[in-house]
Amino acid sequence: MKLSRTAITLPPSGIRVFFDLVLGMKDVISLGVGEPDFVTPWNVRESAIYALEEGYTSYTSNKGMVELRHDLAKYLKTKYGLEYDPEEEILITVGVSEAFDLSIRAIVGRGDEVLIPEPFYVSYGPIVTLCGGRPVYIKTDPEDGFKITPKVIGAHCTRKTKAIILNYPNNPTGASYSRKELLALARVIARRRITMISDEIYCDLTYDFKHTPFPTLPGMKDRTVYLNGFSKSFAMTGWRIGYVCGPREAIATMTKIHQYTMLCASIMSQMAAREALKNAERSVQEMKREYRRRREFVIAGLNELGLTCHKPEGAFYAFPSIKSAGLSSMEFCQRLLETQRVAVVPGTAFGPLGEGYVRISYASSLSNLREALSRMRAFLASLHR
Amino acid sequence: MNELLEILEKDARSTPEEIAKMLNTTPQAVKKEMKRLEKEGIILKYKTVINKELERDEHADVRALIEVRVTPKKNVGFDYIAERIYQFPEVASCYLMSGTYDLLVVVEGKNIHTISNFVAEKLASMENVRGTVTHFLLKKYKEDGDVLRQPKKDKRPAISL
Repeated sequence: MKLSRTAITLPPSGIRVFFDLVLGMKDVISLGVGEPDFVTPWNVRESAIYALEEGYTSYTSNKGMVELRHDLAKYLKTKYGLEYDPEEEILITVGVSEAFDLSIRAIVGRGDEVLIPEPFYVSYGPIVTLCGGRPVYIKTDPEDGFKITPKVIGAHCTRKTKAIILNYPNNPTGASYSRKELLALARVIARRRITMISDEIYCDLTYDFKHTPFPTLPGMKDRTVYLNGFSKSFAMTGWRIGYVCGPREAIATMTKIHQYTMLCASIMSQMAAREALKNAERSVQEMKREYRRRREFVIAGLNELGLTCHKPEGAFYAFPSIKSAGLSSMEFCQRLLETQRVAVVPGTAFGPLGEGYVRISYASSLSNLREALSRMRAFLASLHR
Repeated sequence: MNELLEILEKDARSTPEEIAKMLNTTPQAVKKEMKRLEKEGIILKYKTVINKELERDEHADVRALIEVRVTPKKNVGFDYIAERIYQFPEVASCYLMSGTYDLLVVVEGKNIHTISNFVAEKLASMENVRGTVTHFLLKKYKEDGDVLRQPKKDKRPAISL
């Protein structure tokens, strides 16, 4: 079959081979998982069961159930003082992945440049490429905890720069930004008149300060496409439910694409999402406390092993340097897997800047983390012998 | 609740060194705080949660919940009677309740006879006890937050970005 040239030349995920290796192996302790180890809170699951019993099996409005959009508007207003019109400025999507895809399709045209700070989440670049745009990767500084600075943003802006993608708290580094740091970024965004595509899926897992949504910064609401969802906060990855908020015309354009491609998010997931917004705060806070304790435990453990690590401000990832082991990221991960049956993700999965680092997910029980750290200790000792 | 207590309630085998890492403090500080909590009786003891539903022991104890209606004793109220009751080693738990009865007493015994003897001879005959209703427990599903079955396997793919 003749396939599209753009699709064929799309860079393949460099670590597919490693993934297959992990998935083919038994009794692995995996710290390579990018989703919560909690199951969705029962009240949320129960509401979806009820929805099915009551016969909620139809399509919904393209933008998502009007009740859900209203609940969401209220939730964002109460939680962050973030005001979006549920009728015209909110679109319910099939996970943040779709929300991201829609925003790039709606914003990026042929030849447009999109700034992507590195290390980055894997889908950012390829989607920009599929839309005919050009991903411009910006290196962050490990010494700054992999945070982007206004200066480097400015230095990479050209006449063609259309947007920047910011993910905070960040996958894979766990880095996040305080309000003060964000204000500095907002200034350069305003000056350069570019759009901020803000992926804040890990917002509820911010440990050291209060999370500030980008559109709440002065003057930024009209410049920001705000992406979020239920996957990480409410442990709802498999439900595939997220949303995008933004200026009216942007949402209208995305809705147009969404209605041709996805039509609507599944109604059971939307029903469950309503329950999550209303009655899951206690579970969210409980999970957050647990992640926070694991963060402290893992970071201290890694530093003891000589795998130095900035303390991540959010998400459930640590991104330690493995340079002291004297191996490449890929070699490190392969040998750790083969000799000790512990799976972690090579930093290079998130761009070349990830060389010398690995991503460790602490969305895993404390007993798993304890065992994994002790196996890593044995692994490192075997290297130095 | 004190976060140290939350950690220990989930896993009493967490060591002071591990807890210190989780709470970003020193093992000495954790030990000191644990000593204090033990001394004040806030930490009563460290136990193991055993899933007796899985243990399948023919000689396992039988449990009954007993609703007890009592006449409170002057000046000392319910506490006096409760103490008279909970001192019996057969009594596993004892609660003061609102509603149609006063004390809920959980009793453990070798078999139905042991429990009915206990109710008839010890409990119902007590001078302030006006009446009892005994419910035998058939199966336990969940106890103190723990579901009594084998833990479910992690359903997530072992690796994902």
